[in-house]
Amino acid sequence: MVKEFERAGFTIVQMANLIPVAKTVGSNRIVPTISIPYPLGDPATTKEEQWKLRYYRVGVALDSLTTDIKEQTVFKVKI
Amino acid sequence: MKKAIMYVNQFFGQIGGEDKADFKPVIKCGLVGPAVELQKHLDAEVTHTIICGDNFIGSNTEKAMEIIMGFLKDKEFDIFFAGPAFQAGRYGVACGQVCKAVKEKFNIPVITSMHIENPGVEMFKKDMYIFKGGHSAAKMKDDVKAMAAFGNKLLKGEENLGADEEGYYARGIRHQVWRKDGVMAADRAVEMTIKKLNGKPYETELPMPKMDRVPIAPAIKDLSKAVIALVTSGGIVPIDNPDRIQSASATRWGRYNIEGIDDLKEGVYKTIHAGYDPAAADADPDVVVPLDVMRAYEKEGKIGRLHNYFYSTVGTGTTQGEAARMANEMIPYLKEDEVDAIILTST
Repeated sequence: MVKEFERAGFTIVQMANLIPVAKTVGSNRIVPTISIPYPLGDPATTKEEQWKLRYYRVGVALDSLTTDIKEQTVFKVKI
Repeated sequence: MKKAIMYVNQFFGQIGGEDKADFKPVIKCGLVGPAVELQKHLDAEVTHTIICGDNFIGSNTEKAMEIIMGFLKDKEFDIFFAGPAFQAGRYGVACGQVCKAVKEKFNIPVITSMHIENPGVEMFKKDMYIFKGGHSAAKMKDDVKAMAAFGNKLLKGEENLGADEEGYYARGIRHQVWRKDGVMAADRAVEMTIKKLNGKPYETELPMPKMDRVPIAPAIKDLSKAVIALVTSGGIVPIDNPDRIQSASATRWGRYNIEGIDDLKEGVYKTIHAGYDPAAADADPDVVVPLDVMRAYEKEGKIGRLHNYFYSTVGTGTTQGEAARMANEMIPYLKEDEVDAIILTST
């Protein structure tokens, strides 16, 4: 899906947990998520912590959209 | 005795070379060119040979198909062969087109043969048995023999041992089989892992399809003016799943209006994805489709605005082909609203 969107000219970032799969299928901008069942908020943490993590990682994803890249790139996340 | 019909081009049909490539389709009783060789190995009577010029079928495909299907409609046959096409591109594509049409119309097995570099392989290998053929007509005998041997198997209803064993290009179809060696999956996986850890060669049972790279889309210059859309393969839908998206091997997708909605609430949205534990996503769908933080970024002015819909399907067991089709069906809606960029969340 990512490739079809990108082929159509949309700048796209995939937020994924299975980075090797995202890389293999050919996503160009990739931002890691924390897990498969809860990509952007660990239910074992408080709502505030989940929000903070989600806000941060989606922020990284938005910044990746403004970043010129020459090759497939997995963007680094701190939290 | 069972019956077979074969398709060949103008060259192998002994009409002529490139100068005769505009030759319109004909059907001849009996054996012409490769059909003679086919008959030697096939346990069925090859009753007719169809001949058509490569350029004619290439430039007038619909007309050619109409004529050829017209030839076949009153014939009795149990199996259909085309080629072998070797590395001849137009011929390979023609064999694929004819075989595909015959298979669709008459629902009988179709077999052809091409060299791996023939564009017909990529185009049609999913639709039919294409045998791994030689580079040139020097391999005619071997290639025809391979097609005939497999044709005999199909006609007798013998077990298909799979693409590699039989010698055709994998069609991407998975079959459940009882292995003759009786070694269970866990043992095979451990063995493979040990080999991998020791740097020894091993053979995966699930090869990834060949990579098809897409050029990197340019960076967004001014995010504060950009329209961003959210797409997910994580199966988030309104609680009643109005589009009846399947929980696995999805062929359907939905787009859901989020105008005036700042947060995907429990009980209003849920996931129907069968490939992961839904507890966390059901309790707070924002962990899969991060609408709440996107609204925050929208208010801050970091992004121009969020597109009024989010798009959803289920990514488990879904083929790449279906996924590509669904994405392409979403694209017109995104273009209509002048979406600049997409965040796709996967689970």
